[in-house]
Amino acid sequence: MKKKNLFYAFCKKHGVVFALLALILAAALLFPEFASYGNVTNILNQNSMIGIISLGMTFVILTGGIDLSVGSLAALSSVLAAVLSPKGSLAIMILVPLAVCTAMGLLSGLIIAKLQIAPFIATLGMMMAARGIALVMTDGGVSVSVDTGVAETFRLFARSYLLRVPAPVWLFVLLLVTGLYIARRTRSGRYVYAVGGNEEAARMMGLQPEKIKIAVYTVNGLLAGLAGLILASRLGAGQPVTCDGWEMTAIAATAIGGTLLSGGRGGLGGTAIGVFIIGVISNMINLQGSLSSWWQSIITGLLLLFVVMLQSHARANGTGSTEIAG
Amino acid sequence: MEAMYLLEMRQIDKQFPGVHALDHVNFRVRAGEIHALMGENGAGKSTLMKILTGLYRKDTGEIILDGQQVSFNSPLEAQRAGISTIYQEINLIPYLSIAENIHLGREPMNRTGIDWKQVNQRAERILREMGVEADVTQPLCSYGTAVQQMVAIARAISVQAKLIVMDEPTSSLDEKEVEILFRQMRKLREKGIAIIFISHRLDEVFEICDTVTILKDGKLVSESPAAELSKLELVSRMIGRDATDVLRRKNGVYQGTGGVPVLEAHGITDKEKLRGVSLRIRQGEIVGLAGLLGAGRTELAKVIFGDNPDYTGTLAVNGQEVRWKAPRDAIAKGFAYCSEDRKAEGIFPHMSVRENMTMAILPRIARRGLVNVGRQKDIVDRYIKSLSIKTPGQEQLIRNLSGGNQQKVLLARWLCMEPRLIILDEPTRGIDIGAKAEIEALIQDIAGQGISVLLISSELEELVRNCHRVIVIRDGKNIGELESDMLSEGNIMRTIAQDILQEGGACI
Amino acid sequence: MMDSIAAKNGHTCIDWGQNIRKYGTIYAFLLLVMFNILFTRNFASMGTLWNLTIQVLPTMLTSLGMVLVISSGGIDISVGSVMAISAVTSGLVLTGKTPLLGTDTGMAVLAALVVALVLGLFNGVLVACFKIQPIIVTLILYIAGRGIAQLMNNGGTIVFYGNTFTEIGLYRVGGLVPVQLFVSILFVWIIAFLLKKTTFGYYVQGIGENGKAARLSGIRTAQVLISVYVISALLAGMAGLFECSRASCADPNAIGQLAEMDAIAAVAIGGTSMNGGKARIMGTIFGALIIQLISIMVNMNNIPFAYSRIFKAAIIILAVYLQREKRR
Repeated sequence: MKKKNLFYAFCKKHGVVFALLALILAAALLFPEFASYGNVTNILNQNSMIGIISLGMTFVILTGGIDLSVGSLAALSSVLAAVLSPKGSLAIMILVPLAVCTAMGLLSGLIIAKLQIAPFIATLGMMMAARGIALVMTDGGVSVSVDTGVAETFRLFARSYLLRVPAPVWLFVLLLVTGLYIARRTRSGRYVYAVGGNEEAARMMGLQPEKIKIAVYTVNGLLAGLAGLILASRLGAGQPVTCDGWEMTAIAATAIGGTLLSGGRGGLGGTAIGVFIIGVISNMINLQGSLSSWWQSIITGLLLLFVVMLQSHARANGTGSTEIAG
Repeated sequence: MEAMYLLEMRQIDKQFPGVHALDHVNFRVRAGEIHALMGENGAGKSTLMKILTGLYRKDTGEIILDGQQVSFNSPLEAQRAGISTIYQEINLIPYLSIAENIHLGREPMNRTGIDWKQVNQRAERILREMGVEADVTQPLCSYGTAVQQMVAIARAISVQAKLIVMDEPTSSLDEKEVEILFRQMRKLREKGIAIIFISHRLDEVFEICDTVTILKDGKLVSESPAAELSKLELVSRMIGRDATDVLRRKNGVYQGTGGVPVLEAHGITDKEKLRGVSLRIRQGEIVGLAGLLGAGRTELAKVIFGDNPDYTGTLAVNGQEVRWKAPRDAIAKGFAYCSEDRKAEGIFPHMSVRENMTMAILPRIARRGLVNVGRQKDIVDRYIKSLSIKTPGQEQLIRNLSGGNQQKVLLARWLCMEPRLIILDEPTRGIDIGAKAEIEALIQDIAGQGISVLLISSELEELVRNCHRVIVIRDGKNIGELESDMLSEGNIMRTIAQDILQEGGACI
Repeated sequence: MMDSIAAKNGHTCIDWGQNIRKYGTIYAFLLLVMFNILFTRNFASMGTLWNLTIQVLPTMLTSLGMVLVISSGGIDISVGSVMAISAVTSGLVLTGKTPLLGTDTGMAVLAALVVALVLGLFNGVLVACFKIQPIIVTLILYIAGRGIAQLMNNGGTIVFYGNTFTEIGLYRVGGLVPVQLFVSILFVWIIAFLLKKTTFGYYVQGIGENGKAARLSGIRTAQVLISVYVISALLAGMAGLFECSRASCADPNAIGQLAEMDAIAAVAIGGTSMNGGKARIMGTIFGALIIQLISIMVNMNNIPFAYSRIFKAAIIILAVYLQREKRR
């Protein structure tokens, strides 16, 4: 019994790491082309966008909230970049979408913190609004190409390499490291955990939960904008109807990574692994060839089910019983 | 200790819709004194303290701290000015480590961010001084309530505070822990720090406090040195009537039949606290359950009520052995349980008095799942009258009632089931003295109707006043049973103390 | 004298807030209708009314399920996927792709509802017995369900013409009143009845208000919660059936897309707290009507459809803001 408990505790703590390693191993054995340079950079590249969004999402979820607007915000960001491209200024193309997305994130935060509206509802509103604006700007959903004048330079944003690793991946790694530092070594980072753990107590202890909440949604807006820019740069166009369901993938990645959806517990490291677990599965389905892409969502769902069952099992076995005590 | 006051709150006035919560109250505290703030619920104590610590805003009046006029807009500002607060309910973050909880908001920093080494070392030192053994790097929630409360206290005294507000800090501590707390308080007093102490336990107030300020209905009644005040005087000032009336012992000796006990529990052992505890209740008998916090009182109640099916030992109802899977099995056999935690386990806040009161009896007043509203209303009407519940009507939301009236609704929820046995877990906690007396009278009345009562209370007076027989437990084991003439506060305490002496073991 | 003044003042200001909280959704709906009568050409016609009743049905059904779920303290974001799966199931039966079941309309409906029931059981059991947060549980089905629906017919749309099944969705009572109106009324009545008159209704709301107290009051919480998710899934299945019956085809991609969001929005606009507890049926009905009315309004005024989303977003936030409970 004792041994079993330890096993569950161990699984709960490091399970996701092993899951990812096992997946990679399986993929490498099954598909010779998996381990090729092209494929690996492809996986990293494709998932850096979801990865960046998931980092922000993790902070949001740690405060006990949720943000449904990130997919729409990313789409809006890509559209804005493309629409602004005829002006010929890279700075405008990058700064305006980022500013708009940040502002909308800020607005979500304000609605949640100041008007005390449930995050699910507030960001559901923002999700509809951002998608709506993106559609309005593109006459109802037509893809807008980036103006040829700046297209080449703008492409570099997603397509330049350092040490043979694409720029978006570096960006993701940089943000991950920054995020980890913030979460572990700065006061603001710890306050995110405190607010999610017990908001009322945090307030009594002299923290300002409102500020923390506004901050996480704002940052999440900014990161969604960034992901949208990478997308626009990769595609060379702004697409108002893309990024559908990114928010759910990000939430799934965060949950798979072991962050409690009720807040207060978890972290970015797990989330990053969660992102790549989903990414590798998707890649394996691609490589396999005959399986339809719909399996991707089914397998992601099953995986999520597996993870939460494991967590629930660990709780039932007492290793996690402490969670209830607080 | 001259006329120099550390804190002066002058002419503080606060109106809430419909209530004049504070009516030009003056309150002053000297440096280096422990100052008790007393009053019934609703007297304005917590409103006054919330104004002081920046949670509420005052309407008029001024606050002078250390000779300077101040006004705080948030607990943070109050903290920065040197006022730190310990709340009655533990207000800490469950998943963060003990060390972090102590330091949250003022973590020591070094060049690369939070200095974790120092955070942990400091926390360890503070707790060691307080005599608390705990691994400070572990999440707070892996420890029990008592340790958590000590952490809250450690947090409050680790700041360089001038003034510490303690709002019922002892309500979840056992005697030994209260002693540790008092020792710390005396140390702080020597350092010249002022403490505002709020407690409903009169003994504690007289043991530790220098000055007592009494509020009633939002008005200042008196401020006087504790030494010049008698217990009886204090009570009568708080409730504004003859105190002897309240303290009278109500029960007599159990006069029921000696038949088969309504409930017989034998050798109940669970996975955590209970180690073979036994008890027996006869029809119409009021049995008290005494013991320090953590002795397993509530745990036993939960086993008896079927809320914890994971136990060994036997339960017998009217001589027949039973085994519950869930509370509803116990309810079906005529058991009832009023939880100690009204808010978390009792009321449905946004539902009406009617809905709250009939939640348990619904299956009986429904046919094929269809609720007979007429009968429902009759029942509610009857109990509002018979328990004199003060509510504008059946449809009033329960959260708009006072604590005492909420408790009566919960009692009615069970009484309308016409139970065989009712377990009352701290039925008078957080209720003002007037309502307390009413509820105690009700307990006598219930027993008079032949319903058995298991009364759990931390207030020994309450047990002595109401019970036919008191069972004393410690560490999940029976250590004594007191009846008729032997039943007194002193004897209960001696039973507990003797047992500690005999075993020579520590209490935590 | 003093008292009466105070009472009067107290009355006017308290009543105003309470009134908005109680009937705000209805006012908002009436306001929208009035606005449209004035400014939208051809709005004030029976055609518009019938249109509204037809189009609102899926949202109405899913919202009725959602109000139960949210009232019990949960959330169900899988309703869109459930709609798609049950629609595709009925399509498969109707087009004879499940030889064992035949191509009977009754069988198609039955098969679809059985599938929905199973999905609801999945949600309910995970929430009630395994104590997993509702949002994760239904997120699993939200993600996987869409894939399952697509996989069932290899992603293709199933088209079926000219059988009883399609006639149901297009049927008009007396050649005029769409059958959807009666279906709406029927299910509104059923859910309102459940919530107001039965022990089940008390239990659902009690669990949402205070789960621990509910258990201690002898309520079989697991059983109640499972029922709630099953009902939600069944209503979603029904919504999926009506959707594909009217369209004469089942498109696994399109059916129920964002339906969960519309349903949650309707419940939120209706004033039910996202934290569970008191269910507001009337509010939910008008919430669903408002959501649909906005779409129709935008459509009839030739405004790009995208604006309806922005408008809905504003309405949701405003409605929830006005009805929120003041913190003490």
